[in-house]
This record gives sequence, C-alpha cells and structure tokens, in this order.
Amino acid sequence: MRRPSHIAFALTLAVAGGAAFAQAQSEKDAKYRVGDKYTGYTYADPTTQSMQDDDYVNPGFLWVQEGEKLWSAAEGAAGKSCADCHGKAQESMKAVGALYPKWQEKIGKLENVEQRINQCRADNMKAEPWKWESPALLAMTAYVQLQSRGQPVDVAVEGPVKPHLQNGERLFYMRHGQLDLSCANCHEDNDGKWMRGDHLGQAMANGFPTYRLKEQTLISLQFRLIGCVRDTRAEAYPYGSDEYLDLELYLAHRGKGLPVEAPSVRR
Amino acid sequence: MRRLGAIIVSAMLPVAASVAFADELVKFAVVDDNEIRESLTGKPGNPEEGRKAAANRGLGNCLACHVMPIKEDLQGDVGPDLKGVASRLKESELRLRLVNPKLLNPQTAMPAFYRTDGLNRVRKDMEGKPILTAAQIEDIVAYLLTLKE
Repeated sequence: MRRPSHIAFALTLAVAGGAAFAQAQSEKDAKYRVGDKYTGYTYADPTTQSMQDDDYVNPGFLWVQEGEKLWSAAEGAAGKSCADCHGKAQESMKAVGALYPKWQEKIGKLENVEQRINQCRADNMKAEPWKWESPALLAMTAYVQLQSRGQPVDVAVEGPVKPHLQNGERLFYMRHGQLDLSCANCHEDNDGKWMRGDHLGQAMANGFPTYRLKEQTLISLQFRLIGCVRDTRAEAYPYGSDEYLDLELYLAHRGKGLPVEAPSVRR
Repeated sequence: MRRLGAIIVSAMLPVAASVAFADELVKFAVVDDNEIRESLTGKPGNPEEGRKAAANRGLGNCLACHVMPIKEDLQGDVGPDLKGVASRLKESELRLRLVNPKLLNPQTAMPAFYRTDGLNRVRKDMEGKPILTAAQIEDIVAYLLTLKE
C-alpha cells in the first residue's frame, strides 16, 4: 500500500512541477504574443530564449554596454556628447524607439533609429556619420532601443507617412528574384511551417537589433532585409534605401502592439 | 588535320552558343495548362542524378519545402510530402510543375525552375538563367517517377 501512495505522490509532484513549468513558459510566451501576432521568441528553442531573458548572458548586451559608453563620449566639431543634450538615456529615450521609423518634419523624410542617430550627430555634434552596420552604430542603436524594451510598437502611419506605408505593403507582397518570392509567401502564407532547417515566422521587426547566432554578431533590421532579399536571388536594395525604410515601417505597423524586444537573440 | 579542326569547332560551338543565348530556353508545349508531354532534352533523365539535384541546396533544393522519402536532415513542410508523388501525378504533370507551377496556381510559393521571364530584380549573376537546366529538370522528373506508393 505504501508504494502506490509514493507513486501517487511522485506523480502529483511531477504533474504539478510540469504544470508550473508550462505555466511559466506560457507566461513568457504570452509577452511576445498579441492577438494573432507573435515574435520569433515564441518558437525559439529554450536555450536561445534563456539567452535573451538574462541580460548577463544575452550577447547583445556587449553592444548595449558599448552604446552606454558612447552616449557620454564627446565627439565632433561641436565637442558634444549625446548626454550633453539628452541627459540620461533611461529618461530621454524611454519608449522613443517604439515609434520608429518616424516622419521627420524638418527634413521631410522618414527615418529609422540608425538614421536619426546619424542625423543628430551631423546636426548637433558636427560629427561624421557612423557607417551602416559599424560596431558603434549597432551599439548606439541597441542602447537606444533598450530604453523602449517592453513598450508596444506604435508607429504613426497617417499624413505624410501614409504613402510610405502603402509602398512598404506593396514591397511586402512583391515577388523578388530568381526564386520569385515575396515576403508574404514565406512569412504570411506559410508562417509556422518549416523551410528546411528554418521555422518560418511572421517577419516581426520588434526585436532588432538582434543577436543572431548564425552570424555571431548583433545585426540591424536593414542587414536582415538585405540578406532576405538576396536569398530570393534578387539584387538587394542598398542600406537605408527608401525601399527598406518603407518596408521597415510596414513591418513595424504589422507588428503594432508587440513589445520592443531589443536586443533579442535569434538562431 | 581537317577532321581534327572540325571536331574542335563543333566542340566549341555549343559553348559559344550557350554564352550568347544564355536566356534562351528550350521550347516546350503546355497542354491544358497541366502537362508538358515532351522531354525538354528529347530523352529521359537520369533518376540517380535527379535525386542528387533534388536534395542539393544550390539546385532543386526540393527538401527546403517538401518532405522526401530519403535520408536527409531538415526537410521542410511548406509544400506537400513527395512520398508516392508518382502515383498521384503523371510524368507530363510532374514536368509542368517543375518548369512553372504558377501556370496551375499563380499564388504558389513554389518557384518556376525553368523560366527566365516575368521575374523581378534577379541577381546579376543569375540574370537570364533558369534555376535548373533542361537536363536537371529531366533528371528530377525521372527521380520523382521512382516515388511510387
């Protein structure tokens, strides 16, 4: 009689433990699901998820730390640092990244975070722009985006931005390259399925810059878009092109309400 | 000597022709938007070569989207399982689906493996070239025909 009760006790524990684990897992997952939208986190393997969850383990924080240093480093002819005008990033940059790409009235142009950083360097610091995908630009972008972590993506799409959104949507559905694939073919018509070793997701942009295990580095959304277009065997558009800006806007709009997840970790 | 010269010239001609007319595909007739009855090369393909081309990531890469009854890791499931496909489709139907599946379903994600027109921003090094050659299409058709249930 003792044995069955032991077994029953062990079973109860196992079931309770399993349920607790499943619940913790689904609570973490729920953060990255809004309605029928979900991010790559939800289907990342548990090791990748825990890398992202722990700031001390997440390799993206190497860039964040560098960005924090750069924030208060004076540079350029004006001899100013970001901090001289913006003070503490934790306050001045809070939730800012969730609004990008954003229309800049002064220059009559849509800008992403990288472009805003460089424009600010040019206008206020009289400093040279950082090159696309340079360690410094990635570091500053990661540091700025981190201040919006958890904030729902909320890009403005009305007024002068509307034609850009429409163009981004057009590009999302436009087939490219010798393989004749649109973004939608994989990330909308077939999300959740497997393409060889890759789980097709919804192409959500809220986790960028992202630490990509495949590349062993932090990457920008622009870098990923270039890679994706090239994978269709098409001529990629250049960094910062109108096409990618509009696409970036459309992706952000598709993912409206998802929390900024930067720096995320992905396979 | 004259004979040798003739051999060299004839051996070089096809190379020159394929460079000059890289974007010219073998002509084929589509029947009922569902079949291409004649072999693109005029002869049957090699199923062994076809199996290799089907799995090769740089060629057919069929495994990217289809489960196939072969021992290979990482098989995709975007498209239907190819097990027993030859019991469901005829040779002429398989050929059309490789050459240009968009003739059947314009919305499909499956690329047209033997087509060079109507494409957008094709990478410069791929311009004017189909994904597979006529011979590779025939090899894969021959391989798929071995997948009977």
